[in-house]
Amino acid sequence: METVARTSNLVKRFDALTALDGVSMVIAPGKVTGLVGPDGAGKTTLIRVLAGLMAPTSGEVEVLGAPAGKKLDDLGYMPQRFGLYEDLTVLENLTLYADVRGLPREEHDESFKRLLDFTDLARFQDRLAGKLSGGMKQKLGLACALVKTPMLLLLDEPGVGVDPISRRELWAMVGDLTEQGIGVLWSTAYLDEAEKCDSVYLLNEGKLLFDGPPAELTGKVADRVFRVTGFEDRRRHFLTRTLDRSEVIDGTIQGRSVRLLMAEGAPVPTPQSLDAESGAVEPAPPRFEDGFIERLGGGPKGTSPLAERYRTIPESEACAIEAKGLTKRFGDFVAASDMHFEIPRGQIFGLLGPNGAGKSTTFKMLCGLLTPTSGSGAVAGYDLRRARADARASLGYMAQKFSLYGDLSVRQNLDFFAGAYDLDRSVAKRAIEAMIEIFELGEKLDVNAGTLPLGFKQRLALACAVMHEPPVLFLDEPTSGVDPVTRREFWTHINGLVEKGVTVLVTTHFMDEAEYCDRVTLIYRAEQIATGTPDELKAQAGKLAGLDDPTMEDAFIALIEEFDRKRGEREAA
Amino acid sequence: MTTRFSARRLAALVRKEGAQILRDPSTFLIAFVLPMILLFLFGYAVSLDTSRTRIGVVLQDSSAPALRLAQAYQTSRYFDVTMARTIPPMREAMVAGDLRAIIVIPQDFGEGVKRGRAPAIQIIADGSQPNTANFAAAYGEGVRASLAAAEGIERNPKAAAPPVSLSSRFWYNPELKSRYFLVPGSIANVMTMIGTLLTALVVAREWERGTMEAMMATPISIAEFIASKVIPYYLLALASMALCTVIGVFVFGVPFRGSVFALFIVGSAFLMPALGLGLFISSATKNQFVASQIALLSAFLPTFLLSGFIYEISSMPWPIQALTYLVPARYLIPCLESVFLAGDQWALLLPNIAIMLGFGLLFFLLSFRVTRRSLD
Repeated sequence: METVARTSNLVKRFDALTALDGVSMVIAPGKVTGLVGPDGAGKTTLIRVLAGLMAPTSGEVEVLGAPAGKKLDDLGYMPQRFGLYEDLTVLENLTLYADVRGLPREEHDESFKRLLDFTDLARFQDRLAGKLSGGMKQKLGLACALVKTPMLLLLDEPGVGVDPISRRELWAMVGDLTEQGIGVLWSTAYLDEAEKCDSVYLLNEGKLLFDGPPAELTGKVADRVFRVTGFEDRRRHFLTRTLDRSEVIDGTIQGRSVRLLMAEGAPVPTPQSLDAESGAVEPAPPRFEDGFIERLGGGPKGTSPLAERYRTIPESEACAIEAKGLTKRFGDFVAASDMHFEIPRGQIFGLLGPNGAGKSTTFKMLCGLLTPTSGSGAVAGYDLRRARADARASLGYMAQKFSLYGDLSVRQNLDFFAGAYDLDRSVAKRAIEAMIEIFELGEKLDVNAGTLPLGFKQRLALACAVMHEPPVLFLDEPTSGVDPVTRREFWTHINGLVEKGVTVLVTTHFMDEAEYCDRVTLIYRAEQIATGTPDELKAQAGKLAGLDDPTMEDAFIALIEEFDRKRGEREAA
Repeated sequence: MTTRFSARRLAALVRKEGAQILRDPSTFLIAFVLPMILLFLFGYAVSLDTSRTRIGVVLQDSSAPALRLAQAYQTSRYFDVTMARTIPPMREAMVAGDLRAIIVIPQDFGEGVKRGRAPAIQIIADGSQPNTANFAAAYGEGVRASLAAAEGIERNPKAAAPPVSLSSRFWYNPELKSRYFLVPGSIANVMTMIGTLLTALVVAREWERGTMEAMMATPISIAEFIASKVIPYYLLALASMALCTVIGVFVFGVPFRGSVFALFIVGSAFLMPALGLGLFISSATKNQFVASQIALLSAFLPTFLLSGFIYEISSMPWPIQALTYLVPARYLIPCLESVFLAGDQWALLLPNIAIMLGFGLLFFLLSFRVTRRSLD
């Protein structure tokens, strides 16, 4: 087979850590090769080895017919942070990359025109790169990697943190490139992106779990995926029960329904076989993630030991979280405008939207970290304006990328948070012991949190957020980038806590996380543009875009496009 | 890796660096505003000359000689005098820090002069500032002695005419104005700041922002990359030096007895170790915060304290003196002082220039060693 790059039995070690453990891969010209895996799987290391930025510990690398790092003229590389100079304009960035890559001067104009059209950045060519939106930066990063048409294009997680619309546009651009015969390596932690690649290398903890066309992996779980409906209010309870059955290896909540992956050879489930009093079971199309989960040996069981020990949050009339016209302005800039929602006890509510839309601002106002310019809000019955400290004391907060103290050991982190929550000595001792047992942290107690594997970090972060048994939990992109088994584990705990009456607010741009919510609100350009259950939003979007079975991502795109269209009309009028 | 040097790639990188310098307000601040502040601080506010010291004169006698003495104090250019008749208000003023010394002209002063006897005065100085106290005491006594001499008393009968009379003359800085050596000295500081602090920040910034990674995946070579960092900051530092010189000469009246050429050579020679050290720190730390701290400790403070700019090296204890030989600015200060105050003394300049270039070579070699095209 014709190749633009290949590795064989590649190993890369950093001190004690093995980042790549015998990876062999082939990148073909004119194809999108997917490099898929959770954070810490070794994707970036592999790309850096291919770009000649790191030397492998052992194994062979060949890029464009030469050892890595020798043929840089024909290599396009977009690192995770795009490699743009923020204080240079769009055009200056392009010129710089064209010059250092040795594109002849007389070809500059033609190349820039083509790329600016291609990326739709022509209008912004004199704008500083630092002033571009995330999606535009990403397109410019891609353009810089393409100034001199490469033979191999390495893209390190180009889809991270970018809104679904930009992501879709990027895929369309990459499609064009492969038609010109360029070999593209696309690395991603989003498993749904894997399905769009021509072939996929699935990495987990440095090991290759699968390679081949994505359909081959999903084909292995075909006819084993089912959608169960008909128990709206009890779906979390049903999932917990069903996951404990031996014939079910994985299950997730998808809006109103529950999606199940059955073990190989298990009979086709029926409501009776699943002990459901009512409801319906229908086959569902398999996904790449199902195949991944199976390769990892199935998801966790349904019962959460954390929820079993958690106190039951007393019923109350008042809503657990309330936002009434929350608005935040920074000077002329409106970061969040007129946010209204009520979250009753025992529900999961999602703030959904692209980066920079105003999710975090809303979230921070509710946490009491930002003072609203106008409007009011309450958490667990405490007014955010008058009783901020009480409101804060009744919530548990888990930040994106887990705000743990990396230089402290696991036990020191637990001790610290117990102290920060002002727990009595005996209560703290019991709480810490319970957390160690529940999250199986025993063997890692003396390890510094910063060096823990991602899955453990996630568990420790959750432990630190819930050890004082708060009635309200705030989660900021809690499972972005973690492997699907760890993500399942996390949501098993959260679902269990919600059954006990805990109220959860999630911010995310991750469609998977949105499916777990009872209701979501879509935030875009500082406004709430749609609110409802995930199924309602999907139905609404289905009507707008004329889609039969839209995903959450389709809904997201359709609703945003509709909003932009209406805005355009308003501005025209 | 393409090792062939390409002038076009270098030009592109230098242009990029130039655009960044022009757009980054902090660069401008460090290169032009900070030197101005430093220069004006040393030119006006910090002066190692003694200016008028505030003293109190207690006049307990109303005789003509006593009044003449009091007047002598008042007309002295070293003192700012407050008069009183009794000690207590003066004592309070001294406790409050308003006065540095009190000179008491006693009741029998006029009487003593009349009798041709050397009359004593009392000088009470504020010992909490020993230098000022010493100065006030010595000058206070000096004024009295010259008055006594004028009055024709207190002549030592044994040495009617002193066999040797000493008259001092100070060369190059006849008025001993500290401004004359502080301004050239601060040029050394400014160049350290631009050469080391700014360059220490720039490479680290490329690492932090992830642009280094993108650049390393292009065909540029290490030599091109380092040259692209050195050239713009070298020019920037020279521009800043020129500005300081112009202000020093035209605003502060510092003499400029050497040649512009010598100044350029001396400045360029010093920039080699300054830039080299900055690049080395930056490439080794890859972190702007750590880089700026190390630059401050390894370049700025030694230049300030150990270069002989403020504290004379010959009066330091010997271990510290030995340490100063490791500070490149130590070799720049005498050169600058020579160019400004004495003229082009090539015999003095050349060895110093050679040592500075030696340091520069060392730092550049170190930078080449630590800047590798690799993320390992």
